[in-house]
This record gives sequence, structure tokens and C-alpha cells, in this order.
Amino acid sequence: MAERHVVRLTVNGESVERLVEPRKTLADFLRQDVELTGTHLGCEHGVCGACTVLLDGDPVRSCLLFAVQADGARVGTVEGLAHDGLHPIQEAFHDHFALQCGYCTPGMLMTVHDLLQRSPSPTREEIRKALAGNICRCTGYHAIVDAVEAAAARLRAAPPREAAR
Amino acid sequence: MKPAPFEYLAPRTVPEAVSLLARHGEEAKLLAGGQSLVPLMNMRLARPRRVIDLNRTQGLAYIREVNGALRIGGMTRQATLERSPVIGGRCPLLPEALALVGHPAIRSRGTIGGSLAHADPAAELPAAIAALDGQITATGPRGERTLPATSFFLGVLTTALAPDEVLTEIALPALPPRTGTCFLEVARRHGDFALVGVAVVVSRRSDGACGHARLVFCGVGPTPVRVARAEALVSGRRPDAAVFAAVEGLVRETLQPDGDLHASADYRREVAGVVARRALTTAWSRTNHG
Ligand SMILES: Cc1cc2nc3c(=O)[nH]c(=O)nc-3n(C[C@H](O)[C@H](O)[C@H](O)COP(=O)(O)OP(=O)(O)OC[C@H]3O[C@@H](n4cnc5c(N)ncnc54)[C@H](O)[C@@H]3O)c2cc1C
Repeated sequence: MAERHVVRLTVNGESVERLVEPRKTLADFLRQDVELTGTHLGCEHGVCGACTVLLDGDPVRSCLLFAVQADGARVGTVEGLAHDGLHPIQEAFHDHFALQCGYCTPGMLMTVHDLLQRSPSPTREEIRKALAGNICRCTGYHAIVDAVEAAAARLRAAPPREAAR
Repeated sequence: MKPAPFEYLAPRTVPEAVSLLARHGEEAKLLAGGQSLVPLMNMRLARPRRVIDLNRTQGLAYIREVNGALRIGGMTRQATLERSPVIGGRCPLLPEALALVGHPAIRSRGTIGGSLAHADPAAELPAAIAALDGQITATGPRGERTLPATSFFLGVLTTALAPDEVLTEIALPALPPRTGTCFLEVARRHGDFALVGVAVVVSRRSDGACGHARLVFCGVGPTPVRVARAEALVSGRRPDAAVFAAVEGLVRETLQPDGDLHASADYRREVAGVVARRALTTAWSRTNHG
């Protein structure tokens, strides 16, 4: 058994400290050790995008990072999006029926969050490119693109007070 | 838990990383962005006993410009390079190729050194760095050595790096004046590895003819494939549509890609000719702005 390591990080702004085996991925750490099960695991090799979280503000696959590597980092998960009600991106997904089974949704939301921070007025083509790394097996892509357009418009009109961390 | 158990080591300096590699040899694996290694570990296709994480090693992530030449640290993230104004200004081929590497969340972590060391035959960066006449520096227990990108790639997922060496730097020489570049590929989906891709670098001499020319392909052989005969066809002339069409034909006849699940050999050859013509046409038009 490999030696365990102490990991200290913040998750959605809250300090977390745990003892982990090095082979534990950040995704499993979030789900099992921090009990935040909003981050979903699909393929576990980086292709499906369901486990996308923010690491120091950048989108990453939490299945391709070991929890020990996130020591000292700021992690943002889907649970950190909503404040006083749903985040405008979540609202837009809700309004446009941009989810069916919902499995891919957390990864979609985190990816869209990053996209709209970098590019507040993306074209439909740009939205499709940005979401190419997030797979929806219900294939509800049209509604998702619609929701992202609507979310972009809402965020331009009224940026949320507190962004995901 | 997915990967087999391993011991985690996080060296602070390059000499420390090198001595850990030397001590643990084949039992150890360097971990850079993890975007190729960790999938292999999750599937247990790789089971290193020790993982040497370079993410806390100082002095491996940088972009420096000296008289138009660039020096890039091995641990520089793909996303950092993609957004760097220095890289965008000096070497627009790189951001153009990087935009095709996976997805934003892959490039947040993935590194340039990891992509070169992994040496996937369909990867964009090895072809781009070869087309830019890049030099790769490896640091091992016996010190540093530098080799041209063209002799760095030996085969599928195989490079000239020794098991105890760390890829520490990529150096790109200054491009001649009036240089135009272009990276184009055809992939099944945006963000997938290329079925066929090409990196083109061409320079216009003061007399209006093409001087320097490079055409390097990915996805058509075990390593990046340079087609010197196509380069010779454009170099020394004022290339026009007829020359670009001749290059398309020559590329189609010269390359000998394998077919696989994703595309037959014939299809790859056909597409290679087309992307070569298009990328060359675009790169040449860009020499007007250089
Ligand atoms: C969903 C997905 C899609 C992708 N699509 C593409 C694509 O379209 N095109 C593409 O090119 N790539 C693609 N990739 C791969 C990605 O670019 C990887 O980042 C890259 O291949 C490896 O870089 P890394 O920094 O992640 O290295 P790692 O995965 O950490 O390492 C890869 C290998 O290189 C070795 N290594 C790493 N750094 C060094 C070093 N400095 N010195 C010596 N050895 C080293 C490691 O020991 C390991 O064997 C994709 C990955 C995923 C998960």
C-alpha cells in the first residue's frame, strides 16, 4: 500500500483537508471524500467531459488529475454555481430543456461557465466547438446550444454577483 | 479505484527529478499534464510503481524570446502557449495547431513537452515543431543534449529520450522575414486526433520567389513525416495555383499511410494531398503580411 498524503484545498470556497492514497483521482476524491456527487464520471479517460471541474479557475478533467496534485488549489464544482437560486447558466438549461437524463449536465455547465467567461458572445459555431469535448448520449445538443446562447445573453445583461470559484 | 497503487514523488528541481528517474528507472514514470498518461493508468495499460510529478518542479514552465527565437519550457501548458501574445506574434503556427489539440479542458493541463515525449503519430504538436525546425533539449544524469525534432521522433510513441531523461526545453529558431504558416487537419470530430494534418512554413524572398519551405504531416506514418520533394517543388519559384496542384499530386503519390478503423490508406492519401494544397495556398498568402 502506497503512503497516504495529506491534501489541503478549497472546494467551492470551503477548506477541505483529507488523507488520500496517491492513486485517488480528484473526481473520486470529490465524490467519495468530500461527498459532492454532482461531479459525474463517464468514461474515466478524459473523453466524455462529464467530470469537468475548475482548477484555479481553469476547466480540467477531474478524472485525469490525482487528488494529491490538487494540494493547495482552488477547486470549483457544479455545486458551487448556484447562489440564491440557480446560476443564470443553470436557469437557461432549465428553461430550454437542455438536459434529458442529466448525466452530462454538470460537465456541460462547468464547460459553458468557462466559455462564457472567456467569450461572452459566442456564435453557435463557437458554442458547438467549445462543447465538442462534452458528450451527451441523449444527444440533446440543439437544446444545449440554445441554452448557452440564452445564458450568454442573460449574463451580458446581468452578470451574477458571485462567480463560481 | 482505477489506477494500480503507486508511490507519488514531487521533485522541486530538475536535478532532483533526474536523480529520481535515474534511481527508479523503468519502474517510474514522469507525470506532466497527465492527459495521455492518466488515461493509460486508469485503464491499467500503464502501471508505474512510482510517479514523478513535474507539476511542482521549478523552472520548467516558461516562454522566452531572444531576437525572434523562442525557448519554451517543457512543462509549459498547451493553453498557456495558445494564449501567449509572444507565441501568437512570433509563431502563429503554434496557436493554430493548438486549437486542434483536444478540448480547452485538455489543454488546461496538457503540456508541450508531454505531447512531444508521448509522440502520438496523429498528434499536431510534433508535426508543427518539426516544421518549425525545432530543437529539443533533454536533461539527464550526464547533463543536457539537444537534438533536432526531425531526429527526436523514432516511431509510434517512441522518441530518442533515454529513460532517465527529462524533456526540458523546445527551442524554435527565428523565422525568416515574410514567412507564412498554416496548420490544417481533417478529423472525425472537432478536438479529435487528426486523421491527417499538415504544418506548412514558407518564406517569400525579396525577389518574390519562395525561399524556405517546410511541409510536415501527422497521421500518415509512425512519426511526423516531412515531404522534402514537395518543399523542393515550391522553393525557388513563385508558386501559383499550378504549383500548389502539383504539390497535391506529389504528396498523394509520396505518402504511404496505413489504413485503420478510422480511415483507409487511400482516403488518408487523398486527404493529405488536399490539405497540403490548401495549407500551402494559405501559408503563401500569409507571407504578404509577415
Ligand atoms: C480527450 C482527449 C483528447 C485529446 N486530443 C488530442 C489531440 O487531438 N491531439 C493531440 O496531440 N493530443 C490530444 N490529446 C493528448 C494531449 O495533448 C496530451 O496532453 C499529450 O499527449 C500529453 O501531454 P501531457 O502533458 O498531458 O503528458 P502526460 O500524459 O503527463 O505524459 C505523457 C507521456 O510523456 C512522458 N512525459 C511527459 N512530460 C515529459 C517530459 N517533460 N520529459 C520526458 N517525458 C515526459 C510521460 O512520462 C508519459 O509517458 C488528447 C487527450 C485527451 C484526454
